[in-house]
Amino acid sequence: MAKHHVSTTINGDPAEFLCDTQQTLLDCLRDELQMTGSKEGCASGDCGACSVMLNGRLVCACLVLGVEADGATIDTIEGVAQGDELHPLQKHFLDEAALQCGVCTPGFIVAAKALLEENPDPTETEVRYWLAGNLCRCTGYDKIIRAVMNAAAEMRGA
Amino acid sequence: MGNEENVGKIIDYSGRQFKQIGTRVVRPDGVEKVTGKANFGADFKANGMIYARTVRSPHAHAKIKKINVDKALKLKGVKAVVTGADFPEIDVNDKAVGEVVVSYYDMAHNTIARDKVYYDGHVVAAVAATSADIAEQAARLIEVEYEVLKPVMTAEAALKKNAPVLHKHLFTQGVEPKPDKPSNLAARSQFKLGDIEAGFGQADVVVERTYTTQTVHQGYIEPHACVASITADGMVNVWCSSQGQFMVRAYVAKICGIEISKVKVTPAEIGGGFGGKTVIYLEPLAVALAKKAGRPVKMVMTRDEVLRATGPTSGGSARVKLGAKRDGTIVAGDMELTYEAGAYPGSPVMLGCMTGFAPYDIKNINAVGWDVVVNRPKAAAYRAPGAPVAAFAVESAVDELAEQLGMDPLELRLKNAAVEGTQAPYGVKFGPIGYKETLEAAKNSPQWKAPLGPNQGRGIASGFWFNIGGTSSAEVMVNEDGTVIVATGNPDIGGSRASMALMAAEVLGIPYERIKPLVADTESVPYSMLTGGSRVTFATGKAVIEAAQDAVNDLRRRAAKIWDVDLEQVEWQDGQAVCIESDKHKPLTIANIAAKADKTGGAISGKANINATGAGPGFGTHICDVEVDPETGHVTVLRYTAIQDVGKAIHPSYVEGQLQGGAVQGIGWALNEEYVYSDDGRLLNTGFLDYRIPVASDLPMIDTVLVEVPNPGHPFGVRGVGETPIVPPLAAVANAVSHAIGKRCADLPLSPVRLLSIIDGK
Repeated sequence: MAKHHVSTTINGDPAEFLCDTQQTLLDCLRDELQMTGSKEGCASGDCGACSVMLNGRLVCACLVLGVEADGATIDTIEGVAQGDELHPLQKHFLDEAALQCGVCTPGFIVAAKALLEENPDPTETEVRYWLAGNLCRCTGYDKIIRAVMNAAAEMRGA
Repeated sequence: MGNEENVGKIIDYSGRQFKQIGTRVVRPDGVEKVTGKANFGADFKANGMIYARTVRSPHAHAKIKKINVDKALKLKGVKAVVTGADFPEIDVNDKAVGEVVVSYYDMAHNTIARDKVYYDGHVVAAVAATSADIAEQAARLIEVEYEVLKPVMTAEAALKKNAPVLHKHLFTQGVEPKPDKPSNLAARSQFKLGDIEAGFGQADVVVERTYTTQTVHQGYIEPHACVASITADGMVNVWCSSQGQFMVRAYVAKICGIEISKVKVTPAEIGGGFGGKTVIYLEPLAVALAKKAGRPVKMVMTRDEVLRATGPTSGGSARVKLGAKRDGTIVAGDMELTYEAGAYPGSPVMLGCMTGFAPYDIKNINAVGWDVVVNRPKAAAYRAPGAPVAAFAVESAVDELAEQLGMDPLELRLKNAAVEGTQAPYGVKFGPIGYKETLEAAKNSPQWKAPLGPNQGRGIASGFWFNIGGTSSAEVMVNEDGTVIVATGNPDIGGSRASMALMAAEVLGIPYERIKPLVADTESVPYSMLTGGSRVTFATGKAVIEAAQDAVNDLRRRAAKIWDVDLEQVEWQDGQAVCIESDKHKPLTIANIAAKADKTGGAISGKANINATGAGPGFGTHICDVEVDPETGHVTVLRYTAIQDVGKAIHPSYVEGQLQGGAVQGIGWALNEEYVYSDDGRLLNTGFLDYRIPVASDLPMIDTVLVEVPNPGHPFGVRGVGETPIVPPLAAVANAVSHAIGKRCADLPLSPVRLLSIIDGK
């Protein structure tokens, strides 16, 4: 079957790709657009390693078909830093040592950014529940939660 | 290259005030990892690459009668198919002995089945095609005819008299006389100290109970992935994430029957391993397919494949009997462990026998372990392999003993704690160790004094892990501008680049930021053992320190040459050469010396190839507070403190991270994680939804206390830290739950269903 032509805006730039019907948005990002920052940990929406923003909404890219993204605005981990200027979340992840192996980190940062856009002053419990869809097996989450809280404080100017 | 006589010479850092060690610097690979640019196993691509999928057995135990690949080969886009017949046969006795025994015969058969399949998910064939989708379709076209056999799913079933025998060549090791018939009982191991009968004869109080745990998985987030290609002249290239590029190279060479010099392995970033990536699964398949297809082949596992066919660690049962005098002196410890090895021999049961009683000075010990094969995936190493199950049993028994004696469980541990000079049950006498210090720190922790409410309980437990040394290499290369590259052969699984750079910076006396640590491929540094056994910061760190010292000596020689003085007159102070004899020579910085390298003998570097001995054992004590919902059986972890003797924390944040991560893996093991099989041996929970590891909302902050009793076997006092943290939590959690409900919890996991049945007394 012929491939589908999909037009999107990714991280603010126009991006087009061809995909098969069954290819997920995650496959398209990784294999068609060579954007491998979003990771596949489960392909079933359980681990959050492929977290992206689709039309401003936090989704698992493994649960969206590439063809569904036609006309959509997508934001990925590749667009979080502005050039070589890191986002406060990225800086605080580094300062807090909130990553060990680092494979879940892009998903956590995308998800945490979505949280702070919706709720700039979350409680620890709110951070923990928002990030409950992102699995980390290395850190025990402690330093991740601290990094998000610290980034939130910095972004509020606190 | 450095002065020969200085290679391997260890300098004395005792009493030294560190300038950079112990600081919380940003890890060198950090920006790559927070921006999504770091390349993990599945991120690599090669030109002309095709994709492969596996065909896996749906049966737990079956004979393979026939494999028909004709239909698959006819599908457009299919480039190659391999089955067990495409691999060389390996001698059944071909083994390597390390942290766990590695049988190459078993490894080869585990990679791809030959005449029999031994578990649900066992690979029987693999197919490569121009797209992953076509490969998947082709895999479904491969017809495998099985003669289904009855599976044995538990040690208990495997040891029954008429149980189906998995391996015809498996005769129990470690028993006299040697059995005349094969069985599922792979081996017996035993460790003894003193006189166990006499010991119990002195006891006023005896507790005895059997504890059980289930199969659990390491649960790394990154599935196994690799790319293999063969060059036109027959050289094999493998790119993959693993816990050791040299390990992958050796195993690929062995299983594919290729010389080591023809295999090059380039390490990708590794997305978690915890021991589960100390073995290989996909790489030989990808190599064989790449050879047949003449194209690079990429293989990535699905989560379902990861859970069905990789890892896990053994479920097991542990009977523990402890005897103590009225004053709390433990006089005898008896333990019998039975671990499920999975499809091939080699559960970590012997390590359980060696570690369970290690935190205590008990004069009379008997520990027996049984290694049993069952129709589950072959157990792989998992963080302190073997120790958590034994510690769960022993630390629960110590808790029960404290109840019987009417003693505080912390005081009972303090009374019996192993100290320097204590004879460990596995043969050694401990050097300087900080177990008692972890107990004192627990006693002084805010958590130990925090009040508890209704349905709440507090548990304390300790744990031990050996930590290992082993072969490591390091090269320190001084660049023309005085910056430095530190190359080692160990994948950075949790921040080791930072610790390598910090140690080199300390020795060289230059800022950490001017050092670039490199995880090199198998053709760019000499051999190193894999990343495991909590050995990298200790052993490879020791190699880095020695290589940096070697480079310092080279720098001194260059300075001596520039000044035309004797080498002895040149000292290295704070990153510069200083002439101690005369003040007419201005000190030369590393950059000054590097700039003149051409005129003083060429490139400046240092190297060290060592087999690091003197690893320092690690002891930890954890406190867990829980609240149990008596209606649902749900357990909430309220507070948690992890305390450990870490020797010297090179980068405290990453050391704390090891304690926190290990504690949480242990909490998952204690409360929720377990493999669930159907009666016919199919794994039922093959995804993260059903195999549920702890998530952020399940947990409180994990407080840590780093106790630093220096290890004299390392120049900076380093002990391994990564594995010990998973040893105490099973019992810490179970003891807390036991106190909350007033009944002993001896079977893990304490999932709501199981806990309710304990509460209801069923």
